[in-house]
Amino acid sequence: MLVLDGLRLTRGTFALQADLTVQTGARVAVMGPSGAGKSTLIEAIAGFTDVTDGRILWDSHDLTHAAPGARPVAMLFQDGNLFPHLSVAQNIGLGLRPVLKLTGAEQSRVAQALARVGLDGMGARLPAELSGGQASRAALARVLVQDRPILLLDEPFAALGPALKAEMLDLVRDLSLETGATLLMITHDPSDARRMADQVILVAEGQAHPPTETAPLLDNPPPALQAYLG
Amino acid sequence: MAGRAEPVSPRAGYGAAALVAALILVTLGAVVLRADAPGALGRADWAAIRFTLLQAALSAALSVLLAIPVARALARRDFVGRAALITLLGAPFILPVIVAVLGLLSVFGRAGWVSGLLGVLGLEPIHVYGLHGVVLAHVFFNLPLATRLILQGWQDIPGEQYRLAAQLGAGPGVTQRLLEWPMLRRVVPGALAIIFAICLTSFAVALTLGGGPRATTIELAIYQAFRFDFDLNKAALLACVQIVLTGAAALVALRVEPEGGLARAGLGRPAQRWDSGGLLLQDAAVITLAALFLILPLLAIVMDGLAGLWPLPPGLFGAAVTSVLVALLSTGVLLALALPISVAAAQPGCSWLEGAGLLGLAVSPLVIGTGLFILLNPVVNPAALAVPVTACVNAVMALPFALRILVPRARQLRAAHARLALSLNMQGWPMWRYVLLPRMRPQIGFSAGLTAALSMGDLGVITLFADPQMATLPLFVFRLMGAYQMQSAAGVALILLALSVALFWFFDQGGRRHAGA
Repeated sequence: MLVLDGLRLTRGTFALQADLTVQTGARVAVMGPSGAGKSTLIEAIAGFTDVTDGRILWDSHDLTHAAPGARPVAMLFQDGNLFPHLSVAQNIGLGLRPVLKLTGAEQSRVAQALARVGLDGMGARLPAELSGGQASRAALARVLVQDRPILLLDEPFAALGPALKAEMLDLVRDLSLETGATLLMITHDPSDARRMADQVILVAEGQAHPPTETAPLLDNPPPALQAYLG
Repeated sequence: MAGRAEPVSPRAGYGAAALVAALILVTLGAVVLRADAPGALGRADWAAIRFTLLQAALSAALSVLLAIPVARALARRDFVGRAALITLLGAPFILPVIVAVLGLLSVFGRAGWVSGLLGVLGLEPIHVYGLHGVVLAHVFFNLPLATRLILQGWQDIPGEQYRLAAQLGAGPGVTQRLLEWPMLRRVVPGALAIIFAICLTSFAVALTLGGGPRATTIELAIYQAFRFDFDLNKAALLACVQIVLTGAAALVALRVEPEGGLARAGLGRPAQRWDSGGLLLQDAAVITLAALFLILPLLAIVMDGLAGLWPLPPGLFGAAVTSVLVALLSTGVLLALALPISVAAAQPGCSWLEGAGLLGLAVSPLVIGTGLFILLNPVVNPAALAVPVTACVNAVMALPFALRILVPRARQLRAAHARLALSLNMQGWPMWRYVLLPRMRPQIGFSAGLTAALSMGDLGVITLFADPQMATLPLFVFRLMGAYQMQSAAGVALILLALSVALFWFFDQGGRRHAGA
């Protein structure tokens, strides 16, 4: 399980406090007003933001000061999830090892991942030759071969249309069910949260609240969330 | 992500910048310690200081003044060959100075084309040596630079503003006051300052077209103190004067430099305008004259060169090999310095590193050369180190230009890929190998090409370090000119030009081919 133990993140005058636990295998939506610190929280877990105080623990391993690549974390960013000059297969291969020379076994793992996300035979293409949905699938295939127990999503599908976004979220949910990964996903859209998250972490007023059940929370939102949802 | 890990540690960049700073500061220190007291400056030295400032001021003023109508014409006219002409404006940057001087002599010299024309009309031939010649050559080199800087200013005026002006019924005069004067007030001081700083340290032009008590620059005086009197104390004192002048000019130039001055500027299309119908003839004349001013000397180089190619003078092959060696070595040193510095300078809080690279702007090659000579002379025979010393100094001189090309790209790449690379554990060599080098390829090729061509054509430090047995191609041409073998000089100059362009093309094209998206 993921434990944020007295975590305090500061940037200039901005401060965010988090004291919470996420169970292994949970799928959690991170919601809250713009500027409340959703991205800061996710970036701290991924290792891109310095921690002012407190600890980040995964199954009693202290990650607080580990390098981003050394954490049990895979992440999908808002954009820039693929290197544009490398082929889809090379991009996915980087999830296995940060070199481009893969063994036969590793190459077949890449091919399997491609097949799983529905991009069979597209490994040789460049990202520019993919549609938006296909590029998202390629990034998911990389996350799949990375095989990390925590998956963080910083609104990677925000630029897709509603139908495509729903399709991608379903794929993410299926993949996380298959691998048992713990999922934290930033979203603005309550229907996304209902669609795939059992729990919600509300980030508001300098505080990341412990996860609560999605449906009851959204049906009967506290004032801070009510103001945001409108 | 301030304070967190970066895919590439900035340490190599710090090291490279420290190396550059050490080279420059140690040589400056050597010069200062060795120098005579300032009281030792004689009448001739003060004359050199005055001449240096005078020619730089005249060259800067004339280049910019002439560039304004050329840039305006290019900004508002579209014609066949416009793109080619604008590309040609970049050519003087990689044109060896001594080659250009030969071309200018063929066109404007005593026995040149223009003098011949004047003779037909019964007029006196032009006298090109001295102040006129120095300024002429500097304008030849810097008119294109000024034109590109000012053209960029014109193209930065948004098209909507011309539309608005037309809607308000503004004619050419009002449009000028409304849109063009404010732009020129912003761009012209920067252009003046850059060209003044460049002309302050120009050596090869003064060496070939100046000279004598009335047309000696400080750089030339350093060379003469060195070469003719072997008075190192005097050379060092003159170098100190040069340090003060160039340092001050470089500071001013950096402060007022127009944006994007050294990038490939001005290739965009002309803005659509509604106020310039009646000025077509004026613009056509301006563009034609400017094109002739640039093209005729180049044409002369090719024609004279082809005529002078045979017989090849003895020693040509060795000089060509030395020159290519210097150019390649210099390119290698440049990349070894510029790549780590640019990637480190792209990281937050490290942009001052670029400043370390710009130190090269504050010193002239002959000043560094003097300092290195003072340091090395007691230990080894300086002539034995002519090739590596020339290559290193040329690399340091090219570093500011290379950084202006590489750092913006490194910033883009860091913004786009640093987090993904970190999350994939791509650090150090894998990051260089799979992300930075492939994606910076066009910029690396362009800066390597510029460095190779600059180094190939350089006639600076080598004049201090070479003994009579060795030569680079520019030095070889200079010696042939000194021996009045102008035909052979023209032939070798053509070979030098061809090699410079070939090296530039090789690197630049190599960078653009298979360039990452």
